[in-house]
Amino acid sequence: MGFIKQLLNGLQLGSIYALIAIGYTMVYGIVQLINFAHGDIIMVGGYICIMLIPILAQFGIPAWISVFGAVVLCAILGVLIEIVAYKPLRNSPRMSALITAIGVSLFLENLFMLLFSPDPRNVPQMFNVTMPSIGGFNLSFPTLITIIVSVLIMIGLQVFIKKTKIGKAMRAVSEDTDTARLMGVNVNATISITFAIGSGLAAVATVLYASAYPQIDPLMGSFIGIKAFIAAVLGGIGLIPGAMVGGIVLGVAESLAKAYISSQLADAVVYGILIIVLLVKPSGILGKNRSEKV
Amino acid sequence: MDKNKLFKIGKPASYIINVAAILLVWLIMQSLISGGLINSYYQGILLVIGINIILATSLNLAVGFLGEMALGHAGFMSVGAYSAALLAKNAAALGFGGLPKTSLFFISLIFGGLVASIFGILVGIPALRLHGDYLAIITLGFGEIIRVIIENMKITGGARGLNRIPKLATPNTVYIVTVVTVIILYMIIRSRHGRAIMSVRDDEIAAESLGIPSTYFKVLAFAISAFFAGVAGGIYAQYIGILGAKVFDYNKSIEILVTVVLGGMGSFTGSILAAIFLTILPEALREFASYRMVLYSAALVIIMIFKPTGLLGTYEFSLTRLIEKIVNSVKHNKDNGTQSKKETDRK
Repeated sequence: MGFIKQLLNGLQLGSIYALIAIGYTMVYGIVQLINFAHGDIIMVGGYICIMLIPILAQFGIPAWISVFGAVVLCAILGVLIEIVAYKPLRNSPRMSALITAIGVSLFLENLFMLLFSPDPRNVPQMFNVTMPSIGGFNLSFPTLITIIVSVLIMIGLQVFIKKTKIGKAMRAVSEDTDTARLMGVNVNATISITFAIGSGLAAVATVLYASAYPQIDPLMGSFIGIKAFIAAVLGGIGLIPGAMVGGIVLGVAESLAKAYISSQLADAVVYGILIIVLLVKPSGILGKNRSEKV
Repeated sequence: MDKNKLFKIGKPASYIINVAAILLVWLIMQSLISGGLINSYYQGILLVIGINIILATSLNLAVGFLGEMALGHAGFMSVGAYSAALLAKNAAALGFGGLPKTSLFFISLIFGGLVASIFGILVGIPALRLHGDYLAIITLGFGEIIRVIIENMKITGGARGLNRIPKLATPNTVYIVTVVTVIILYMIIRSRHGRAIMSVRDDEIAAESLGIPSTYFKVLAFAISAFFAGVAGGIYAQYIGILGAKVFDYNKSIEILVTVVLGGMGSFTGSILAAIFLTILPEALREFASYRMVLYSAALVIIMIFKPTGLLGTYEFSLTRLIEKIVNSVKHNKDNGTQSKKETDRK
């Protein structure tokens, strides 16, 4: 029973990582950049929720509706970051773009520390539902909703990428930007949409995260973000199914390590898995090995 | 006078000039300390500047000259700090008890550096299979693993930290270590090995095809970089006297990286100036401490957009060259009349 509970906890955490990892993987697939600021968008989403929930409560609207506000504002923030910080560097060395991303991440963290103080804040309860216990086993509602929402989003995203025109444009740009441009794809708009979708998913992840761990602080984004990025690398960066697999593997591993090894060593286990996978298969679990072009 | 006969300083003279300059700075520092102008608070800042210079220049070897994104420098620093601290603390038990404090300090630094460089090789070997961004993540991962392990080990004092480390760092010894570090790093970069390292940065495939074993040079640069990070950690441990693994987290690595990037990736002069500037600035602006990091990060983004190679780029300051320039311009002014006439004649 204890094991199943840990497994479910792991699935819940893993689904959240997967949602965030999708943002990393999409951006990496399309502009070859580790968007370090992506983790901080989660944090911004959390603060947006905290500010929206009391306003919604005045009208008697349930707290989880704040997710829509968070999605819209985070998507705008994601696009804004792309235009201000990443677009000017699209043709410069990878290292400069990476450092810019770190700079943006630091900027958001410190700006929010200045605005909201470094102390953690409590998030009001997101879902007011109690689940019936089945045979002495109590599945919490946030766990259930997190897993269901993540699965639905991932199916929806797969369909979106495979079937719609915008999805095709995104695949074309990630395959070869210049050729896509010659074929009449609006590259800038496609990149902006990618950032918007990734950031919007991060906002959904925020609400799901806050329903399980109802506390946010300005630095929360950096550690969740790094783990989600590791999930993306683990699964094979640039691949949306890879982000899902990586996220779930990481979440379950972390949860089981916390339960059966030591809660302090859980992070070391997570990084250890990453390093082992990268050594055995540098392109990630689902990734294909590509030969290097000269 | 012929224009082609410009004033030039030979190699031996250039060494003498540089040694003289190093001694002069030391003399100034020494007299200011004995004169009481530099009190213990300022001495502390000088020590931290020395530590930061070593950290920034050594990271620059990996980031600027090797061109690999390394986000785990604080991890190497912590390994060096703990090794050096444990050696210094248990010196008597290990049979070093009779040594004078200064030599114990140097021995502990070398030991810390060596242990850190072993870790550097351990991280560097996976690096040969991975490129760019993956290396950034793997170094970040290693840094965090080192931190978590240190927090869970008995010998390091666990999460409570290590205390009662002998405070052996003095402005004099740290000055020597800093100068030696910068000289060694500079000499490495100017050597054949240094050129090989830079060729790997510029085009790994081309370098390979010319017979340069890129893996070997990557690991070498990493190990050297880690060695000096360990040395800096050792100084830090023996200056503060207490160690906690929390200090050496991801943010510390980023802080060192910001220093390198700000100064210029590929310029030791830039790293040194940035380390001095970024150590003094927060001390001078204590009341604006909360704005500091916001400004840092905004500055980082702006510098990357407008000058992606950092403020000094790959420029290196050279005292000999400066003297040559001054002498030549003085000469030039003296001979200006004849000189310009000759110029027109030639045309």
